[in-house]
Amino acid sequence: MTIRSMLLAGAAAVMMTAGGAGAKTLVYCSEASPEGFDPAPYTSGTTFDASSHPVYDQLVEFKPGTTEIEPGLAESWDVSDDGLTYTFNLRKGVKFHSVEGFTPSRDFNADDVIFSFDRQGNKDNPYYAYAPGVSYEYYAGMDMPTIIKSIEKVDDYTVKFTLSEPNAPFLADLAMDFASIMSKEYADKLAGEDRKADINNVPVGTGPFSFVAYQKDAVIRYKANPDYFKGKTPVDDLIFAITPDPAVRMQKLQAGECQIMPYPSPADIQALKDDSNIKVDEQPGLNVAYLAYNTTQAPFDKPEVRKALNMAINKDAIIDAVFQGAGQVAKNPIPPTMWSYNKDIKDDAYDPEQAKKMLDEAGVKDLEMNIWAMPVQRPYMPNARRTAELMQSDLAKVGVTANIVSYEWGEYLKKSKDPTRDGAVILGWTGDNGDPDNFLAVLLGCSAAESGANRAFWCDQKFDDLITKARQSSDQAERTKLYEQAQEVFKEQAPWDTIAHSTVFMPMSTKVSGYVMSPLGGHDFYGVDISE
Amino acid sequence: MLRFILGKILWLIPTLIGITIVAFGFVRVLPGDPVLLMAGERGLSPERHAELAHQLGFDRPLWQQYLDFIWQLAHGNLGDSLVTHKPVLGEFFALFPATLELGVCAMFLAVVIGVPIGVLAAIKRGSWFDQATMGTALVGYSMPIFWWGLLLIILFSGILQWTPVSGRISLMYYFPNGTGFMIWDALMSGQSGALTSALSHLILPAVVLATIPLAVIARQTRSAMLEVLGEDYVRTARAKGMPPRRVVGVHALRNAMIPVITTIGLQVGMLMAGAILTETIFSWPGIGKWMVDSISRRDYPSVQGGLLMIALIVMFVNLIVDLLYGLINPRIRHR
Amino acid sequence: MSEVTETDIPAGTRRAQFAEFWFYFKENRGAVIGLVVFALIALAAIAAPLISPFDPDTQFRDALLATPLTHDANGNFLMGTDAVGRDILSRLLFGARFSLFIGVMVVLLALSVGVILGLLAGWFGGWVDTVIMRVMDIILAFPSLLLALVFVAVLGPGLINAMIAIAIVYQPHFARLTRAAVLSEKNRDYVMAAQVAGAGHMRLMFRTVLPNCLAPLIVQGTLSFSNAILDVAALGFLGMGAQPPTPEWGTMLSEAREFILRAWWVVTFPGLAILVTVLAINLMGDGLRDALDPKLKRS
Repeated sequence: MTIRSMLLAGAAAVMMTAGGAGAKTLVYCSEASPEGFDPAPYTSGTTFDASSHPVYDQLVEFKPGTTEIEPGLAESWDVSDDGLTYTFNLRKGVKFHSVEGFTPSRDFNADDVIFSFDRQGNKDNPYYAYAPGVSYEYYAGMDMPTIIKSIEKVDDYTVKFTLSEPNAPFLADLAMDFASIMSKEYADKLAGEDRKADINNVPVGTGPFSFVAYQKDAVIRYKANPDYFKGKTPVDDLIFAITPDPAVRMQKLQAGECQIMPYPSPADIQALKDDSNIKVDEQPGLNVAYLAYNTTQAPFDKPEVRKALNMAINKDAIIDAVFQGAGQVAKNPIPPTMWSYNKDIKDDAYDPEQAKKMLDEAGVKDLEMNIWAMPVQRPYMPNARRTAELMQSDLAKVGVTANIVSYEWGEYLKKSKDPTRDGAVILGWTGDNGDPDNFLAVLLGCSAAESGANRAFWCDQKFDDLITKARQSSDQAERTKLYEQAQEVFKEQAPWDTIAHSTVFMPMSTKVSGYVMSPLGGHDFYGVDISE
Repeated sequence: MLRFILGKILWLIPTLIGITIVAFGFVRVLPGDPVLLMAGERGLSPERHAELAHQLGFDRPLWQQYLDFIWQLAHGNLGDSLVTHKPVLGEFFALFPATLELGVCAMFLAVVIGVPIGVLAAIKRGSWFDQATMGTALVGYSMPIFWWGLLLIILFSGILQWTPVSGRISLMYYFPNGTGFMIWDALMSGQSGALTSALSHLILPAVVLATIPLAVIARQTRSAMLEVLGEDYVRTARAKGMPPRRVVGVHALRNAMIPVITTIGLQVGMLMAGAILTETIFSWPGIGKWMVDSISRRDYPSVQGGLLMIALIVMFVNLIVDLLYGLINPRIRHR
Repeated sequence: MSEVTETDIPAGTRRAQFAEFWFYFKENRGAVIGLVVFALIALAAIAAPLISPFDPDTQFRDALLATPLTHDANGNFLMGTDAVGRDILSRLLFGARFSLFIGVMVVLLALSVGVILGLLAGWFGGWVDTVIMRVMDIILAFPSLLLALVFVAVLGPGLINAMIAIAIVYQPHFARLTRAAVLSEKNRDYVMAAQVAGAGHMRLMFRTVLPNCLAPLIVQGTLSFSNAILDVAALGFLGMGAQPPTPEWGTMLSEAREFILRAWWVVTFPGLAILVTVLAINLMGDGLRDALDPKLKRS
């Protein structure tokens, strides 16, 4: 080696540390800071985008761009005939990432699977509450403590889950972010050094990217995992530039400071589409925004009154003014991309005259009601207050006086759950696992009416029977039929005014290829390439 | 002198206790249940709610929580954030360099531009320069800086594309063991272009944050200078034939600086208020934006710790100004 | 110092004093411009329902984000419309009512509470003084906007709560000023004389001492007036002030942020309204200060 080539090599090393020449870097302008890097204690998509998607894998995974299940860390699985036992055969030779202070000494195996679930359900596990306030909301929220009876290690590469009752959506649940597989070896090491909380700061997983550094509220850096079991991803470095303001994100994208961004402001989409250096992918979101009446209170206990109000509200105007066209009018409580969506349902058309007549017939005069509008922007609802203002002026045309009320977000969630709540509440839902049960039972079932998650407090026996039967069946065709019927009952009874399904847009540089939008709303960069 | 300093510090202790009570008290009366907020649309059962509230210590009597807070405080522990589950103090210091860098640069701009303008305006009292600069200063002083920031973004980042839109440095540069002070890190790294990049990211936020202090300092310098220039000893010096530049430079300026330094000290609190708006507009990862976010997320411990730390910093700066003032002006010491 | 003899002013000379003040005030061109602009804004606020071309809350669904000077079937949108088709000019005119009202109320609240506390502290001294001034110190240790933000978070977002929060944050300035003035006036001859003549505490504080501390309070009052308008707008901008659809200027700005690159007018005009109003008040404030401050008069 001559001196000259040594110098060159040295210069190249410097360049590499600067993340420059040679290395392909993908920059993603993310919308917020992650709460942490352990996906299980959190519920926000932002956190999953930064933790479970790049760093971790699950036993089974959603096939990119769909809600179908495909093998992940489990190569295959068997379900017993009674639907109570699930046996997973684990993939061999999968390596965990190395980070500063930790180099794995063994491959992924059954112990890691057991640990990942045990810590969420077993109070005696040292990681059950490893930092103040850590709790596994999704695990509890998906009813795992009741559904899972036991998890056993059969051998190093076989794990058996036993359920307490048949549950059709269970497999899809295991593909969710909370079910990410952590390294038990790493967790034990951290526990030994009395720094358990670091599992949330420096994640170690098996995923396509390994974590490099996080600079709070500013930048997250990852590098490609060369040993990824599905093959190394095309780019070498992945950077999240945290940019909360949508207008700023857009400017950064146009200036080339990042190559891909989520959640553009609806107002800017046309401008983005007009930019020749940018392409905009779009897809209907797996979500719904609704206005839930309190069906336990007069006069909203009468379906004809609810229907009349629905007909008085001009939903097209809301799509125009609030969603800026980035959405579609909803007629069913589940989004059209979900299986079992009932296309044949006819929405109550906007007809103020008819609405007025129906209200008169129902004996409703000089109605005064509250409309609750949440103070925050949600994926399914860009601006609830503006929506409420539009509803207010529509309702005024049929002689209904509406007052807009709002509370701080936490308060709003709590107060809207109170069965004595006065008024109709604007809220929505984003699907977790692509199963209709995750909408219909969670938001409209009778048990949800009791807990308050059913904000209409609507408990219809016919509807509830249909969805319970569908949950316990494992025959997809039968389930589809049952859910379609349930949607008919819903429309007849109209506990909600179904407002909209938002459209999700993903603007990116034309240099980016291979990005697939997930119907579940997450952002996953495995397989994405960028041309120079 | 030592007695003077000690006295000043002792005098602060009751205020300090008051500040802890305020920081603690506020957060307890904030409406909204952080436990519920953590759960979002999904919600949680009453049992789970009680369990979490217990785990977080929200179910104990207030005085117990306060004593616990003080006890932990004495051990340098401000509790853990409810959102990230990480120590508040660590979060504070992770973000503080960004705010400090922004604040120092803004203050630097304000002093370096504001003082000479004020001096010149006073010397050329009534001239077009005086009128133009003081008119501009009043506009600056009346500026809603959150709007000003938006205008600058539209102009310089949007239309002209001269400055980057947000962030602290181009993502190309990465300093694994950085201090958090981007300019310093960029200088130390020796990478060409790093410093330019850091500065170009800093300039707009710094200008926005400097706007009001700059106006205040220019106006204050002018009036302090005018006052001093009218004093007998300056007139005497002038009458004795001392060159005007020397009169201004040696006698007037030094004496005029006393009120100006006080003004600069007082601007630190203002700067923090300005940082809240500036950081929000520019997505600057600092304390101001963190406080706004923490308040809206009902992150009790973060709001509490942040309030306390900020009040301490403001108090500390005021103490320094007080002491400096005592040094410059011995009369104060014996009051 | 010659004011000692001037301080105890017989009622008859008040008019003369005002004439003198006016003489100095009108010398200041900026102050007069400020006064005129402010008067115009105040008039516009009062007459908003009469002069605004549209109802501030009416949504023209076929004219969303219309550019300024748009003329269509609905009429003439001089400053364009916002995201739900409301006329911006009309909203600004009605918004002037909120901003001015808040400014006045904040000053009144802060002034009255601050003056009373300052008088008490200055007059009685001792532990009353210590306790009151300590509380003021504590309030002043927090940056005002931050404290107001937390207050509003406690009270709940809204215009009235924002007003209360800002007043609380502002009153220590008045208390300090009053206290200092009281301390310097307390031992003056005329106060002593009144005390000897048997005047009670109340009378002494409010009738004898207070009128002689007015000048700095008036100056501080104008300053607080303009600052209050800025801070209310800032709270609105951060989403903690007036709630939609109230046409408060800061709230309008905050709602307009998402259109910053597409519709400059929804961002520009509300900010301009704030700037012009605050500037007018500050110009007036400068004039007031110069006219009331004998020291500057001299030079």
